Amino acid sequence: MTDATLSHTPPADSLFRRNLRDFRRNRLAMVSVIVVLIFVIMTVAAPLVAPHDPNQTDLFRRLQPPAWMEGGDWAFVLGCDGLGRDILSRIIYGARISIFIGVVVIVLATGVGILAGLAAGYFRGWVDVVIGRIVDILLGFPYLIFAIGLMAMMGPGLFNIVLALAYKEWVIPCRVVRGETLAVRELEYVEAARALGAGSGHIMWREILPNIMSPVIVVSTIRMANVIILEASLSFLGLGVQPPTASWGSMVSDGRSFILEAWWVSTFPGLAIVLLVLAINVASQGLRDAFDPRFSE
Amino acid sequence: MSLLQVTNLSKHYEGRLSLAQRLTGGRKSVVRAVNGVSLYVNKGEVLGLIGESGCGKSTLGRAILRLHEPTEGKVEFDGTDVTALSPSALKAIRRRMQIIFQDPYASLNPRRTVAEIVGLPLALHGIASGDEARAMTTQVLQRVGLQADQIDRYPHQFSGGQRQRIGIARALVSNPEFIVCDEPVSALDVSIQAQIIALLLELKQELGLTYLFISHDISVIGYLSDRVAVMYLGEIVETGPVASVLDNPRHPYTQSLLSAVPEIGAKRAKGRVRLQGDLPSPLNPPKGCKFHTRCPLAIPACQTLAPVTQTVGLDHFAACHRLEEGLSLLESAR
Amino acid sequence: MTVLLEVTNLRTEFSARAGLVRAVDGVSLQISRGECLGVVGESGSGKSVTFASIMGLVRPPGRVTQGTIFFDGCDLRGMSPEEMRAVRGRDIAMTMQDALTALNPALTVGEQLAEVLIAHDETLPTGRAARHNAIKDRCVEMLGLVGIPSPDSRLRQYPHEFSGGMRQRIMIAIALACRPKLLIADEPTTALDVTIQAQVLELISDIRAQMGMAVALITHDLGVVAEHCDRVMVMYAGQVVEEGPTDDVIGHPRHPYTRGLLASIPRPAMRGQPLTPIVGQVPNLMGLAPQCRFHSRCPLAQPSCLVEVPMLPVGPGRRARCLRLEETA
Repeated sequence: MTDATLSHTPPADSLFRRNLRDFRRNRLAMVSVIVVLIFVIMTVAAPLVAPHDPNQTDLFRRLQPPAWMEGGDWAFVLGCDGLGRDILSRIIYGARISIFIGVVVIVLATGVGILAGLAAGYFRGWVDVVIGRIVDILLGFPYLIFAIGLMAMMGPGLFNIVLALAYKEWVIPCRVVRGETLAVRELEYVEAARALGAGSGHIMWREILPNIMSPVIVVSTIRMANVIILEASLSFLGLGVQPPTASWGSMVSDGRSFILEAWWVSTFPGLAIVLLVLAINVASQGLRDAFDPRFSE
Repeated sequence: MSLLQVTNLSKHYEGRLSLAQRLTGGRKSVVRAVNGVSLYVNKGEVLGLIGESGCGKSTLGRAILRLHEPTEGKVEFDGTDVTALSPSALKAIRRRMQIIFQDPYASLNPRRTVAEIVGLPLALHGIASGDEARAMTTQVLQRVGLQADQIDRYPHQFSGGQRQRIGIARALVSNPEFIVCDEPVSALDVSIQAQIIALLLELKQELGLTYLFISHDISVIGYLSDRVAVMYLGEIVETGPVASVLDNPRHPYTQSLLSAVPEIGAKRAKGRVRLQGDLPSPLNPPKGCKFHTRCPLAIPACQTLAPVTQTVGLDHFAACHRLEEGLSLLESAR
Repeated sequence: MTVLLEVTNLRTEFSARAGLVRAVDGVSLQISRGECLGVVGESGSGKSVTFASIMGLVRPPGRVTQGTIFFDGCDLRGMSPEEMRAVRGRDIAMTMQDALTALNPALTVGEQLAEVLIAHDETLPTGRAARHNAIKDRCVEMLGLVGIPSPDSRLRQYPHEFSGGMRQRIMIAIALACRPKLLIADEPTTALDVTIQAQVLELISDIRAQMGMAVALITHDLGVVAEHCDRVMVMYAGQVVEEGPTDDVIGHPRHPYTRGLLASIPRPAMRGQPLTPIVGQVPNLMGLAPQCRFHSRCPLAQPSCLVEVPMLPVGPGRRARCLRLEETA
C-alpha cells in the first residue's frame, strides 16, 4: 500500500558512474587520457623503456641528428645533445621529474587548499577573514618571480622546487573549496545533519567534502599542467633540478646555444612539454564537462 | 502540561556593512525574521503554523531547535531550557527533537546511500552500530513504506514522495518525541501529498508524537492540526483551536487568508476579501500593527501602536486593535 | 461559440538515453473563443508538454510526431518556423510558472514589453516619434491593466526590483501586450502566496472578460480550476483521462483518477476522517503497453482493463477514459 511497492527506480547506478560514462563518450578526452597514461608509464618504467642511459655521454655522437636526417642513426631516434646523450632517453627520464613534481605539488596544494577552504567556508567569520587575507596577499605576488627568488634563497633541489611551486598553488583549490562550501553548507541536508546532532567535523568531512570534490579534482588537473610548465621554466633558468639529471626545461635550455645548427636538441623536449600539457588540459576539460553539472546540458 | 513552551522568541539577522558604509557611519540593517513569538505545544498534539512565504515560520521552527541560534527568548522542552544548553547537552536533546524538511531533493546528501542517511543518528548518538544499526534502519524504512532491498540505493534513484519518506525515516530512527515538520508536503504532487500526510498522522498515533507542522496551505493545516497559529511578518497574529480559528477567525489577516483559498464545490459561498499590495519587506517592516499597510480595517491608531494579544475565546487569542468591534471582513465582503 | 483551438490526437515524444518517452500520447482538445479551459494533472502528466507542442516550443530531443493542431482555422503544424513565430506572442501568448527566470534580468520591464509590441503589432504608427509615443502609451496601459501602481515610472525598473506577485503580473502584461486570442497560463500562481494568488487569478479572469480572449489554465490545483474555469481536462501519464464542464467533473467525477485526486485533497471539514490517497505512483512513461495507464493504482481495476481504453462519452460534453464507468456513475 505504498508508492514503494510499485517502484520504478532505475537500476543501481551511482552519480559517479554516470559521470564516468559521460566522460568515456568524449573521444578527444579519451585520447588525451591515453597520451597522459603513456607519459605516466614512461616515468614508471623509464629504465625499461629508454633505449640508452640518459646520462651516458659519447663525444663522437655529439649533436647527432635524428634518425631520419642525414648522419642519423636509428639507435638514437631523436638524435643526441651537445654531450652526445640520447635525447629520447633523456625525454623519457625527464618526464619523471615533470610528472613527479606536478603530482606532488598538486596533491600538497590540494590538501592544504581543501583544509583552508573548508575552514574558511564553513566557519566564516574571522577564520574566513584571516585565510582570505593570506590568499589575497599570495595572489598579489607574481608567481614565477617569487619562485625564482625562493629557489635562489633555498638553493636547488627537488624538495625546494616542490615548496617553491606549492607555496601559492594551494590558493586556487582553497578558493574553489571555500566557494563551494559556502553554497553547500546552506543546503538542507547539511542542516539535517546538524539537526541530528552532528558536529562540525562530521559535517565538513562527511556531508560537505564529498559533494564538492568534483570541481576540486577538475581544477587540480587543470592546474597540474600549469605546474609542469612552471617547473620547466625554473629548470630552463637553471633553478630546477641540477645536472646531470634530465629535465625538460634544462634540456630546452641546453639546446639554446646550438639552436641554429642542431634544432633537435631544444625542439624535442619542448614538444614533449607541449604534448603533455595539452593532453592534461584537454583531459581535464573533459573531466569538467562530465563531472561538473554546471557544464553539462 | 505542554511539551514545548516558547516564550518571547526572536531571531534577528544583521546585515553586514561594507568598509565604505562603516566609514560613513552607516547602521546595520536588521531583519527581524521572528519577533517576540510565544507559543506552546501540548504533548501528543499538532500545532499548525501557517503563514505566507517570508513571514518567518521556517526560521521559527529552526530557532526552536537551535539550528539557527535565537537572538532572544526562551524555548523549554519537557521542562529543559533548550536555549541555555551546552553543545553536548544540545546534541543529546536532539535525539528527542527532530525536523522534517520541505525539499525532498536538497535535504538528502546525494553522495550517501539511504542506509547511511537514515542510520546517521544511530551512529552520532552511539545508539547502535553495524548489523544492529542496519536492522534498525531497515525496520524504520519499512515502517515509512519503503522496501528493505532499497537500503543501499542513492537518493537520486527515488521519486519525490519516496525521498520524503526517507527524510521521515531519518527523523524517526532516534525515537524522538517532538518533530518540526517544515512544509513536508509542499513540494509534492497532490496524490503523493495525501500519502505523506496519512503516513505522518499514522506515525503520530502509533508513536505518540507531537508535531509543529509548518505550512502555507490552509487546507492541510486545517485537516491535520489540533491548534493553529497564524504568522505575519515575524509575529503571531492569531492562535487557537483549529475549529475556532477556521470557523471564527478574528484577526483581519486570518480572515483574508481564509477567504483567499480557492474552494472546491462550494463556489463562492463565502465573500472574498481582496488584500491590497504585497507583503512588506521584513527589512523595513511597518510601524505599529505590521498588517496595517494591507488591512481594510486599519484606523490611525494601527499605524503607531502595536496591538496587544487578547483573549477572544476559549484558548483563542488574537492581536488587533479592532477586536472589540467584532468586525468581520468576511461578513462585509459577502 | 466557435472553436478557436482544435487539437486532434497529438503525440509528442522525447528520445532519451534509455529509450523513447511518450510525454503526450493521443491528446485531443478544443478551446472555444473566450472560454477558460482548466488543465489539471500532476508532474509528468504531460500537461505542460501538450501546450509547448501547440506553441511549437518543443525542442530536440523532443518531437511532435503525430496529430493535427488547428488554431483559428490555420494548421499550426504545417507552418514554417517564421510563420509560427509570428503567431506566438501575437495570437497565442504564454506565461511561465517562474516569472523571475522567464523575464530577462538585463532589460527593463518597459523594454521587454516594447519588444513584443515592435515584433508583432502592425497597427503602430510609422513616424518615429509617433511610434515611440504609441509604444510607450501601450506599455503604460498594459502595466496599468495588470494592476501595477504608477506604471509610468515602474516601466524603467528591472525585474528584480519587483516582488513575486508583481513579476507574475508583468509577465501577464507582456503576454497580453498584443491582445492575443488565446492565453496559455502555465501554473501562473504556483510560486505565489495565497493572498497574491487570488489577486493574480482574478486579474486573469477580469482581463479575459474584458478582452474576450480564451485562456488555458494549466495547474495542479483543483481548487483554482473550480473557481476560474468553464471546462476542465484532467491529464494522467500523457493522456487526457476525463473532460467536461468544471462543475460536473468536480461535483461528480467519473474517472477513478479524478475521484482519487479529489479525495486526496485534505480539507478542514474532513478532520478526523482518514484521507484516502491514491496508492503508488505515476508509471514510467517509457515503453508503456497500450493499456489503461491508471490500472496499477486503480481501486476498480480488473484484468479486462489491460487493453487500450478510448475516451468514452459520459454525458453532455463529458468524456472519460475508463471501462468501469457504470461503477462510478
